[in-house]
Amino acid sequence: MAKYLMLKHYRSTSKSLDCAPMDQWTPDEVSAHIQYMDDFAAKLTETGEFVDGQALSPEGTWVRYDGEGRPPVTDGPFAETKDLIAGWMVIDVDSHDRAVELAGELSAAPGPGGQPIREWLELRPFLGAPPTVTE
Amino acid sequence: MDEALPRSLVPGVIGVLVRRGADFAAAEDAVQEALVEAVRSWPASPPRDPTGWLVTVAWRKFLDATRAEATRRRREETVADEPPSGPVPEADDTLQLYFLCAHPSLTPASAVALTLRAVGGLTTRQIAAAYLVPEATMAQRISRAKRTVSDVRFDEPGDVATVLRVLYLVFNEGYSGDVDLAAEAIRLTRQLAAAVDHPEVAGLLALMLLHHARRAARTAPDGSLVPLAEQDRSRWDTALISEGVQVLQAALARDRLGEYQAQAAIAALHADARSAAETDWVQVVEWYDELLRLTGSPVVQLNRAVAVGEADGPRAGLAALASVDASVPRFAAVQAYLHEKDGDRTTAARLYAEAATRAGNAAERDHLTRQAARLNSR
Repeated sequence: MAKYLMLKHYRSTSKSLDCAPMDQWTPDEVSAHIQYMDDFAAKLTETGEFVDGQALSPEGTWVRYDGEGRPPVTDGPFAETKDLIAGWMVIDVDSHDRAVELAGELSAAPGPGGQPIREWLELRPFLGAPPTVTE
Repeated sequence: MDEALPRSLVPGVIGVLVRRGADFAAAEDAVQEALVEAVRSWPASPPRDPTGWLVTVAWRKFLDATRAEATRRRREETVADEPPSGPVPEADDTLQLYFLCAHPSLTPASAVALTLRAVGGLTTRQIAAAYLVPEATMAQRISRAKRTVSDVRFDEPGDVATVLRVLYLVFNEGYSGDVDLAAEAIRLTRQLAAAVDHPEVAGLLALMLLHHARRAARTAPDGSLVPLAEQDRSRWDTALISEGVQVLQAALARDRLGEYQAQAAIAALHADARSAAETDWVQVVEWYDELLRLTGSPVVQLNRAVAVGEADGPRAGLAALASVDASVPRFAAVQAYLHEKDGDRTTAARLYAEAATRAGNAAERDHLTRQAARLNSR
């Protein structure tokens, strides 16, 4: 078994997403999209493959250490940063092929007109614990 | 109370319930419930006949559940109320349960989960914690696995090799949560060895014991990996080693070599050496040749190249590496190691850094990064 992170990027100006930004969809289209995500998570729980998933607010803050005794510096969001993480899901699957299959399915979440949005998802394997037997 | 005692009785008790007519899934649930009660009540009042106690309580739980189910469906009770004095568990039941839980129709992850629950008697919560997934996910994984094998006959002949693969997977997972999966794998393999006389079962048990013996020396206090060559061998568990060697010798004497015996033989050669330098690398290479003949695995080829490097020098190791598929995990790490031995520190540093980006786990990545940093900082 291996755990994978599926990262939903939200790039309104890149070719990652071909459709209009979500705030320009109809409310029903938004609801259908959310419902698809929820159903997908529920299905993965049922198949014994779901670990965790969260949606993230697009408005984040950049934070940095600023020296002993000083409060951290906060900044951002930087104007040039179009790449925002909109959400993530962690799955625990038997193979990389299965992870790819599931990411493909999640990428088919409906958008405007109920059409699959075909967004690019980033699939990243977890670094787990070392195996007991190595030689 | 030894928490493993009631758990060790689980396979036999499930077997009794199944032979009395319960289906496997319901029997397994009932025995889990009985187990919870045993853990609660045995410390204060230990039963004289633990197996009989578990059979009685589990059978009652099974009948209760069946009645509840029947009532729920507004049907007449159709289940025969057999008196709970039944046949005693047979060794065969235990073996059949291993076969069922490792059935080839199950995915590796399902087989592992089902084995830990139905053979190991661990709770779903414990298994979920060990594999770092939510309890609901693990519960579904187990109930799907039960559905998958629901049509398999309990007495269907099985293949020991599939069971060994599952136990090996459990052992190799190590210990990430509060359940020590390596120790549990050893317990389950011991139990299997008692139920079936098979040299590869003994081989796997020996392999586990020999690796488990090194556990304390495998990680530094800060959690970082300590490679075999640098381990403090005085911290190896000599009792586990001598047991492992004994089990292995008895298995090898039967002259039916298999991959687990060959792997155990390599581990035994390491265990036998007082220092890395005193290792009998020539014999290690010979065992890798056997292992390669048995498995044809590229991972074995890779490990063999390391051994060749120790036996005949780094140039020979690199030559052996030339025929190994470079996409095998840890290929770059082995290449780096051999190049450093050969005196090419620049190439070694570059390869260690490359290996770190391809590492499959954090401890290995950190170790490889430190190796690259060590070579770069001189």
